[in-house]
Amino acid sequence: MYRYNEFDRDFLAERNLQFRAQVERRIDGSLTEDEFKPLRLMNGLYLQLHAYMLRVAIPYGTLNSAQMRQLALLAEKWDKGYGHFTTRQNIQYNWPRLRDVPDMLDALAEVGLHAIQTSGNTIRNVTADHFAGAAADEVADPRPVAELLRQWSTDHPEFQFMPRKFKIAITGAPNDRAVTAAHDIGLRIVEQDGEIGYQVLVGGGLGRTPMIGKVLAEFIPAADLLPYLEATVAVWNVIGRRDNKYKARIKILVHEFGLENLREEVETEFALRKPLYAGGKDVALLEEIKAHFVAPTFETAPVDAFDTAYAADPIFRSWADTNLAEHRADGYAIATISLKKQGDTPGDATADQMRVMADLASQYGHDELRISHEQNVILPHVHKRHLPALHAALQKAGLATANIGLISDIIACPGMDYCALATARSIPVAQEIATRFEELKLEHEVGPLKIKISGCINACGHHHVGHIGILGLDRAGVENYQITLGGDGTEDAVIGTRTGPGFAYDEIVGAVETIVTTYLGLRQDAGETFLQAYRRVGIEPFKSALYPEAKTRAA
Amino acid sequence: MPRRFTPKVITANHLLEGDVVYLTADDRWTRRHEEAELITDEAHAQIRLLDAEQQVDTVVGVYLADAVAGETGPEPTHFREVFRTRGPSNYAHGKQVEL
Ligand code: HEM
Ligand code: SF4
Repeated sequence: MYRYNEFDRDFLAERNLQFRAQVERRIDGSLTEDEFKPLRLMNGLYLQLHAYMLRVAIPYGTLNSAQMRQLALLAEKWDKGYGHFTTRQNIQYNWPRLRDVPDMLDALAEVGLHAIQTSGNTIRNVTADHFAGAAADEVADPRPVAELLRQWSTDHPEFQFMPRKFKIAITGAPNDRAVTAAHDIGLRIVEQDGEIGYQVLVGGGLGRTPMIGKVLAEFIPAADLLPYLEATVAVWNVIGRRDNKYKARIKILVHEFGLENLREEVETEFALRKPLYAGGKDVALLEEIKAHFVAPTFETAPVDAFDTAYAADPIFRSWADTNLAEHRADGYAIATISLKKQGDTPGDATADQMRVMADLASQYGHDELRISHEQNVILPHVHKRHLPALHAALQKAGLATANIGLISDIIACPGMDYCALATARSIPVAQEIATRFEELKLEHEVGPLKIKISGCINACGHHHVGHIGILGLDRAGVENYQITLGGDGTEDAVIGTRTGPGFAYDEIVGAVETIVTTYLGLRQDAGETFLQAYRRVGIEPFKSALYPEAKTRAA
Repeated sequence: MPRRFTPKVITANHLLEGDVVYLTADDRWTRRHEEAELITDEAHAQIRLLDAEQQVDTVVGVYLADAVAGETGPEPTHFREVFRTRGPSNYAHGKQVEL
C-alpha cells in the first residue's frame, strides 16, 4: 500500500507544529475567529451544531491495521468512544475539544495519517473504487492513477484559482463502485486491443443541480491522460462561469456550452499541451507510484473450511451471500463488514469494534482495510478458508450484520443531529427505516435496494442516486422529507425522480414502507429487483400508492 | 411593511468546548436556554449582538435565534434550536445528559 515518504513525514510534522501554535494563539485571543477559521478548516477542524468535528482523511479509503488501531485510540481518548465513517471515505470525530486537537493530529501523524483537507477552488482529493486492487472484474488498480493525479494537481500553478472546486473519481472496473458519473470528471480504466486507456466522463455532480456525467472521450491512451485532463480543466478554467457560484461547476458549462463544443475546445487545447508531456516523465512516475500499491502475495490453499461452513451454517451462509464479493485471486474473497446494524447509526464504529477489525485484518486480511463511500469497512483480501473464523469473530463484536446492498444498508449523512448546514435530521430516519423492515422480516424478501438520505440540498448522502432517495428539508419550521425514486449510482447512473410533495418526520417511514409494499405487489417474480421493476413500470404506481387522495380528487 | 420583530435570544458555540451557549441578561454565557435573556426590542437586540460578537476569546458564531417566553424562561421555537438545547437524537450525548 501507499506509504508516506520522508518528505511527507517532515511536511506533516511541520504542519502540525504550525497548527498547534495557531490553536494557542486562537485560545489566547491573538487570532480572531475570522483569521482562525480558514486555518482550522484546512486542518480538517469544523464547528458543528453541538461541538467541533475533526475530519480525518483516508486516502483511497485504504488503511492498515496500525492506522485503524490509532483511529480507535483517538475515539477513546479524545472523543466519546466512537468514530463516524462517511461517504467521502474519511472518518469524523464528533466531540473533540479545541485544546486536544493538536494532540490528536500528532497521534495521527505517528501512523502517517492526517486531517489536512484540500479546500478552496482547487482540484480535490481523487477518489477511487473501494475494491481497488482486489476485485475480480478489475481491468487495473485505479489507485496509482489517482495518486498520480493528486501529485499532478497539487500545487499545479494554473489550477489554484479556478471558478469552483473540482472533483475527480476513478474506477478500474466496468462495475462502477466509485460513482464516477457524479463527479466533475469521472475516469474509467478500459482496455482496447490489449492497451490500457481511460474513458473520460465530464460534468457529473450532485448537490443543488444534480447531473450525470457525459462521455467526453471514449478512449484516451495512458500517455495522453495528463495532457488531456489538463486541457479539459484549462478550458473550463478559462470559459467557466465565475459570476455565480451555483453556476460555476463544469456541469453547468457542459449544460450551457454543449458537450460537442466543449470536446472541440478540449481537442484544440490538447494538441497544444501534448508536446509538453513528450518526455514521458508522467508515465515513469506512474510506474514508480505503482510500486507503492503492490498486491500482497496471495496464498494457495484448500477452501474446504469455507465450503463446509457454507453448507452447514445458515447464518454464515446468509452473511456470505450478502457480504462477500468476488476476488481476482483464486480462493480469495472481498469481505464487507457492515456498519449498518439495524437501529444503529449508519457508519459508526466503536473503538472496540475498530480494534477488532484491525486485529482481523492483520490475522486474516494481509493487514489491509478499506472504507467504502457506502460507510462500511472492507477486508479486501481474505482467503476463504479463514472466513468462518472471521465471521465468528465479527459476530462477537456485533459486526456480522448480513445486509450489504439490502434495505437496511442505508447511506445517511450526519444531518441535523450534527451538521450545522442541515435543514432536517437524517440519522434517525435511517435508524427507523432499518428497524421497521427488521421487524417486518422483509429485508431478504425485498432484495437489493439502496436507500440514501441527505439532510440538506448539499447531497452528502447521495440521495439523488439512491433507488429510494430521501432529502430532508425545512418547510415552514417543520422537518419535511422529499422522496426520489429510480436513482442509480453505478455505471448506468441516473438521477432519481421526485414522487411529489414531501412527508413529515412521522410519515416518512410509512411512506417508504408503502413504496416497498407497492414494489412487492407488482414485481414479476422474486428475481426482479426494485430498480428493474421501477424501470419497467415507471413512477405512477408508486405515486398513486403514496398520494391516494390526489387520485380521488382528480377522479 | 417591515417585518415585526419577534423575541430573540443570543446564542453561539463555546470557543474551547464547542458546545452551545446563550447570553444572559447579566452578561454571562450559560449552557441553559431558559437562563438566556429574552430580547423583545430590536434596537436592544442589535446592541446586545454587537456586545456578544466582541467576545472573540470566549465564543464563536454568535447569532440571534427566535424564542418565546415559557414557564421557566425562554424556550426555542424552531426545531433546529430545540435540538441545540438537547444534543443529537442518535445517542444520549451532549446537553440532554450533561446538564
Ligand atoms: C459538518 C459537516 C459537513 C459540512 C459542513 C459539509 C459541507 C458540504 C457542502 C457545503 C457541500 C456542497 C459543496 C458544493 O457542491 O459546492 C458538500 C458536498 C458534499 N459532501 Fe459534505 N459536508 C459535511 C459533512 C459531510 C459528510 C459527513 C459527508 C459524508 C457522509 C459528506 C459528503 C459530501 C459529498 C459526497 C458531497 C458532494 C456532493 C456533490 O457531488 O456535489 N459531507 N458538503
Ligand atoms: S447533506 Fe447537508 S446536512 Fe448532510 S452532511 Fe451534507 S451539508 Fe450536512
